[in-house]
Amino acid sequence: MKQAIKIGLIGGVVEILLALIGMIEAFSQRYIIIDIISMGHTLIFLVALLMTSLSAKRTPHGNPLRAMINALTSGLIIGGFLAVLVVMGSLVNLRKVFINASPLLYQWLTFNQGIKAGIPLLLTGGALCGFLAGLLFLSSKLFRRVLIISLGSVVGAGVLQDLLRPTFALWGPLSVMNEWLFSANGLTLYGAIGLFVLIAALSYVWAKKGNVIRANLNGLSPSNQRVLRITTFLTLIMILLVLPQILGLFLSEVLTIVGLYVLLGLGLNIVVGFAGLLDLGYVAFFAIGAYSIAVLTSPELGFFNLSFWGALPFAIFIGVLSGFLLGIPVLKMRGDYLAIATLGFGEIIRILVLSDVLRPWLGGAQGIGKIPKAHIAGIEMATPQQIYYLILAGCLLVGFISWRLRDSRLGRAWMAVREDEDVAQAMGINLISTKLLAFATGAAFSALSGAIFASKLGSVYPHSFNVMISINIICLVIVGGMGSIPGVLVGAFALVGLPELLREFAEYRLLVYGAALVAMMLLRPEGLWPEPLQRRELHEGESSDAKPNH
Amino acid sequence: MSLLEIENVHTYYGQIHTLKGVSLTVDQGEIVTLIGANGAGKSTLLKTTSGLLRPREGSIRLEGKDLTHDPPHEIAAKGLVQVPEGRRVFGRLTVTENLEMGAFAISDQKLIKENLDRVFQLFPRLKERHKQVAGTLSGGEQQMLATGRALMANPRILLMDEPSMGLAPILVDGIFEIIRKLHTDGTTILLVEQNARMALQVAGRGYVLQSGVVVLSDSAQNLRQNEMVRNAYLGET
Repeated sequence: MKQAIKIGLIGGVVEILLALIGMIEAFSQRYIIIDIISMGHTLIFLVALLMTSLSAKRTPHGNPLRAMINALTSGLIIGGFLAVLVVMGSLVNLRKVFINASPLLYQWLTFNQGIKAGIPLLLTGGALCGFLAGLLFLSSKLFRRVLIISLGSVVGAGVLQDLLRPTFALWGPLSVMNEWLFSANGLTLYGAIGLFVLIAALSYVWAKKGNVIRANLNGLSPSNQRVLRITTFLTLIMILLVLPQILGLFLSEVLTIVGLYVLLGLGLNIVVGFAGLLDLGYVAFFAIGAYSIAVLTSPELGFFNLSFWGALPFAIFIGVLSGFLLGIPVLKMRGDYLAIATLGFGEIIRILVLSDVLRPWLGGAQGIGKIPKAHIAGIEMATPQQIYYLILAGCLLVGFISWRLRDSRLGRAWMAVREDEDVAQAMGINLISTKLLAFATGAAFSALSGAIFASKLGSVYPHSFNVMISINIICLVIVGGMGSIPGVLVGAFALVGLPELLREFAEYRLLVYGAALVAMMLLRPEGLWPEPLQRRELHEGESSDAKPNH
Repeated sequence: MSLLEIENVHTYYGQIHTLKGVSLTVDQGEIVTLIGANGAGKSTLLKTTSGLLRPREGSIRLEGKDLTHDPPHEIAAKGLVQVPEGRRVFGRLTVTENLEMGAFAISDQKLIKENLDRVFQLFPRLKERHKQVAGTLSGGEQQMLATGRALMANPRILLMDEPSMGLAPILVDGIFEIIRKLHTDGTTILLVEQNARMALQVAGRGYVLQSGVVVLSDSAQNLRQNEMVRNAYLGET
């Protein structure tokens, strides 16, 4: 009970925080189901549901009745907190301190029902969440899974409507669905119900028959399996190739941004994930790549006037060189000390390109403009849809190199250095060259990303290369799963792609990052798509072939 | 010529003079033990030998070749391999992966396979658990793994740093059993131990280190009889 009250209090405080920083109001502009449930409501509901399920889960001895009561209590407290906020807001002008405590917020919170009706409504809502969480907790695993997946799909479809609608519109059979599923803002009610039922049915069938299908696939003859793998691979490539045509301008732009971060993430993944060297100044190499291209190509400075492809090898080479140069002084540093030193390096580069002394060469605060676009077979890569291919090629190349490196001798040396530097040395691993190669490889990938970035934008400015970029990349590597190549992809989509798609997020990006990192560390410290190694460590005893013997 | 010759080695930690002219030799096929109290400089000597610390004076030779100024990874590749204090296995890797890591300096795949078979033969326990994550092994098994990992590198000489540290008495017996076994296989070992009683039982010769100076060196048999050793290290009066 004490636990339930505690969780309820935390949940309530979180809800009030979300309301007062304006997140709920901002999110309420977008509907999940038109005129019925907005994204703001979903957010409130989601937090309440999460907290109450936690409350149910933490019940000692797994007593079903107690679990239900605990969930209900937590839910009531959360509802109560919001009710208190509404009452307080109507009595005192909270706006003097909290500018986001607008009348509109109270309207949203009370579902436009006014304060008198709103308070019992909020309390009931809270209790309902608790009841639902309790029910979920007590129901069978299958039911829970189906319900969570289908509810998640409805919310996901609502949130990503801008992405889904144009995609569906392209293909006859699916474009019919558009009419039925989407309205101008949010899903239609019937569409939402239909989608829910459809996904529920599908996930139910998969849960029941999935194993059989998987077993059948595994039971295929090796040659058939290879055919299957190749077809999947080719389909994937085909999809990747036609993607920008399907998605249109805006979404292709989002994809290019995600792609640039994937390149950066893959590079940092080598430094942090493979070799275990925490680099907080990683943006420096991004800047070096971008500025190298700018200086070498821009007619504004007029030094070299190379083409993009002529300058690219130099940009990458300069990146590698600076990777070595950073590596040498920090060779003996570990952990926090390394992080601080690299953080400094990142700032040094930013301040250098900003400096007035270097203005004739690096453009100072005004940056460098008129950077030419890349040409492939005579076609200028100018629009996001075209640049997408450039970035896709880069990502595939860098992904392939990462993957080969991971399984190479050098990859094993990195792994040993990450696990234990001294022992690695005693095994005959050259610490100096191993670490320097990690920095240099990471820097090369980052410089490539910077080079494409410069050519994409056509200009570079010092303020594009601040420490936040480094933080973003670190976050996406951690959220994706350190050392995991697909993890970088997942992390980049989750932390870079989603905020770009949801304009409501923009203002709260950092808050969401922070919350996501904390949540990850608590719930899934190995990352969204972890490397087997990490999973092994953190979920020891859950796998069958590894049992402690004492 | 001895296999390993350490001659008049002086090592400093900053201003602190830790090893004050230590000389020591180990011959092919023998077990030599180095005993001494905490802070006598035992680990410093091992670190100096394996290149993690640099001596200010003196020289270290393996088979007559000077390696005083070689970097640690080259020293390891030349066959002077450590079993580190506190075992320090790669906790997140499996037993097999740990062992393979030990053979990092070897590029001949066939030789690696042979070494792996040999280690598994020596430690059947590790074979049973070859897929297990090393961090979940018991202390004794981890010591086996650390030793096996060192053996994977085809060492000319094995430097064992406190192999019995932190193990239950029954496991300590097991560890010394392993050392004896390695000895009969012909492995040369320099054994650093606090457990002087056990160390002097398996070793042929021994050195006593005190405050960075070798104060005694003799056959293990004689050391066991020595008045000072008995008082200070064997706890007999």
